Amino acid sequence: MQVTMRIRRFNPEKDKKPYWGEYTLDNVEPNDRVLELLHRVKWEQDGTLSFRRSCAHGVCGSDGMRINGVNRLACKVLVNALGEGDHVKIQVEPMLGLQVLKDLIVDMEPFFEHYRSVMPYFVNNDPVPADGRERLQSAAARARFDDTTKCILCACCTTSCPSFWADGKYVGPAAIVQAHRFIFDDRDQAADERLKIMREPDGVWRCRTIFNCTSACPRDIEVTRAIGEVKMAIRRGGRGAIQETEGTEEAGGEG
Amino acid sequence: MQTHQYEALIVGGGGAGLMAALYASRGARTAVISKLYPTRSHTGTAQGGIGAALGNLEEDRPEWHAFDTVKGGDYLTDQDAALVLAEGAIEAVIELEHLGLPFDRTPEGRISQRRFGGHTSNFGGKPVRRACHSADRTGHMILQTLYQQCIKNNVTFFDEYHVVDLIRNGDAVVGVVAVNIDSGELHVFHSKAVLFATGGWGRVWEVTSNAHTLTGDGNVITYRRGVPMQDMEFFQFHPTGIYKMGILITEGVRGEGGVLLNDRGERFMEHYAPSIKDLASRDVVSRAIFLELRAGRGIKGQNYVHLDVTPETVNRYLAEAGESRRITGEYIESKLPDILDFCRTYLGVDPVKEPMPIQPTAHYGMGGIPTDLDGRAVIDAQRTPLPGLYAAGECACVSVHGANRLGTNSLTDLIVFGLRSGKHMAQYCQGTDFTPLPSNPAGEIEAELERIRHASGTRKPYELRAEMQKVMMQQVSVFRTAEGMQEAVNTIQRLQDEYRNNLVIDDHGQRFNSDLLEAWELGCLLDIAQVTTASALAREESRGAHSREDFPKRDDEQWMVHTLAYRTADGGVELNHDKPVDLSLAAKDERFKPKERVY
Repeated sequence: MQVTMRIRRFNPEKDKKPYWGEYTLDNVEPNDRVLELLHRVKWEQDGTLSFRRSCAHGVCGSDGMRINGVNRLACKVLVNALGEGDHVKIQVEPMLGLQVLKDLIVDMEPFFEHYRSVMPYFVNNDPVPADGRERLQSAAARARFDDTTKCILCACCTTSCPSFWADGKYVGPAAIVQAHRFIFDDRDQAADERLKIMREPDGVWRCRTIFNCTSACPRDIEVTRAIGEVKMAIRRGGRGAIQETEGTEEAGGEG
Repeated sequence: MQTHQYEALIVGGGGAGLMAALYASRGARTAVISKLYPTRSHTGTAQGGIGAALGNLEEDRPEWHAFDTVKGGDYLTDQDAALVLAEGAIEAVIELEHLGLPFDRTPEGRISQRRFGGHTSNFGGKPVRRACHSADRTGHMILQTLYQQCIKNNVTFFDEYHVVDLIRNGDAVVGVVAVNIDSGELHVFHSKAVLFATGGWGRVWEVTSNAHTLTGDGNVITYRRGVPMQDMEFFQFHPTGIYKMGILITEGVRGEGGVLLNDRGERFMEHYAPSIKDLASRDVVSRAIFLELRAGRGIKGQNYVHLDVTPETVNRYLAEAGESRRITGEYIESKLPDILDFCRTYLGVDPVKEPMPIQPTAHYGMGGIPTDLDGRAVIDAQRTPLPGLYAAGECACVSVHGANRLGTNSLTDLIVFGLRSGKHMAQYCQGTDFTPLPSNPAGEIEAELERIRHASGTRKPYELRAEMQKVMMQQVSVFRTAEGMQEAVNTIQRLQDEYRNNLVIDDHGQRFNSDLLEAWELGCLLDIAQVTTASALAREESRGAHSREDFPKRDDEQWMVHTLAYRTADGGVELNHDKPVDLSLAAKDERFKPKERVY
């Protein structure tokens, strides 16, 4: 099939403002990845086209971009998901809400700053077990935060969030997902500190439950649900309480 | 030009680099320089598990792990290194857990473990549960956990800085040159010690599991500055890549009971590895698949076979083997979620209901920058260290993997030897002063980058790259012959000539000039292809991943030696075969003596 790629271009060394470039590709297979098409444009037609990519199978999180109006990883969306027939049009632009540096590349620093602000690391100041072995954790307790361990920091969620577009100071869904991953890990001891960060004006209450983040997540993380659980933990006054009840429920459920 | 000064520099932000950074930064001013954001590193794609003889589900011992590693490496593994790996693995995995890594758990709350190819109990007995895992995203969890801990410990990062040269002053190692990818400017980093942890070079081949960015930078940068590459003829083709795409399907699929089937529906591994069948070493399974395909037993005559993990098939074989365990679709969903997602996304195939089409895919370089057990680069057959230069992870060759790496040992390698290198660097930096930079330390690399930026030939980098990948796939992959490799030598020589004299790129600018940097990476890939082929052509035997049709037998009389490849002044390759394999375990224990490798 033939595909017309409409790509948002901007070279800070030459262009005063962004413009649309159009590139036609022949002999495209329906199961080609959009990333392959971007490579074909870059390699066969215009080497100045710039975008980030690495693993090319949806794990490294480099190639988040807006494809036909929706945030996606270019390596995880196939042409056949965007159109059928002899001719398909695909529009590609940088993610919104972060400054465009060149073509499809945005400034990720504000994103990672928000990430770093939520204590995205394991804290446990107790001595490690005396037998020199692992800390114990039940399979149910491990499952409690499984969903949010999947995050690859691609920024597809945060840059699809209208609250983040409105005000970049909002910590954003990805950072909340990271906070959730540790708040609900029963081995971790800094949940209260993280909940304090989440309670701040630029924290979790900026979320208006729009669900864009959940639809955008290429790892199928239930982002809005995770944000809701953090809100709930704040309301209940900490993860201690929530874990006790949920632990009981889960234990019952597991039978 | 900006100049920075740190005592220790870590080049590469994957598992080995970050582990080293955590330890080096405890005793030395340390910076990590990475051409990617560290969380984009390829460690994150490792799926099935990290090998450590924790014995959480059944008896296991580090000596057994060391034995499997030696045997898996077809006895080219340095045995002292295998023992350090196996013993260090236990501590290292426990440390990862203490750092918060969310391993899957056993019913008792311990780290869960599963079977993996080539890992056995009692010196080659039954498959053993040794792979510690977190679903099928163990590498992701390791990478995230280490990055998180680096943030916690305020490690300094230079993200999206592409290291392109090693600075030496006389014999001393004094730093690196990097391109700030955003601005295009060159930065000089002055240091007492440099660790390369730049990962692999799978992009030399056409079908690969490797990221686009895995171009062997660290190996080539050091090679061009006088350091040899070791054992480059040994490159692993993982048996189960998604057909045509090369995306990896973890061995954990077979660990959970999945089987390989040919067009007749035969479980053909029964013929090639009667004892442990589908869980034989990767080189063995890849060769078996090639032979099945060559015999016309690919599915529908095509170039692939099936990997079947549907509960129906798995349970049938479990019953046949007299095992009581049975699996369900839900179980597969919980143990292999990412694999299911890959197949559904890229193939429209649901592995719970139907088999996956797979073919061998270029996966892992056993060779690399030769190092000792503390990650110090050693530059000759006498294992003389080059003070201040370190390497860890895939770009290094300790050598724990010998001629063929066992599944899960790459993660173990980068944690164990990342840690040891980081510790040693910190000590080294405390006892050493800075050697001054030479004058104009970035001059040479600047000239080379400007040559590429303004080259006015006719061949674009992607054309040359595609030609290289094709000839390497055809002639220097699972099976090799002198004739085929000679063709590869000639092709690569022509491509290198075109690279130097007839290249052209489109982007002449400064900012985010990935056209330029990809072209520079192509230069690295070509050097690696050249060294790999020269090393493979010289080794007239078959061992591990290096399988010569014209020399089908392993030759322990002549070839219990490592290959060292040096760059000559005119860009040729000079080989040295004087470095013997370490056999220190065999000296004490008969069982470690080289013998025929049967699974």
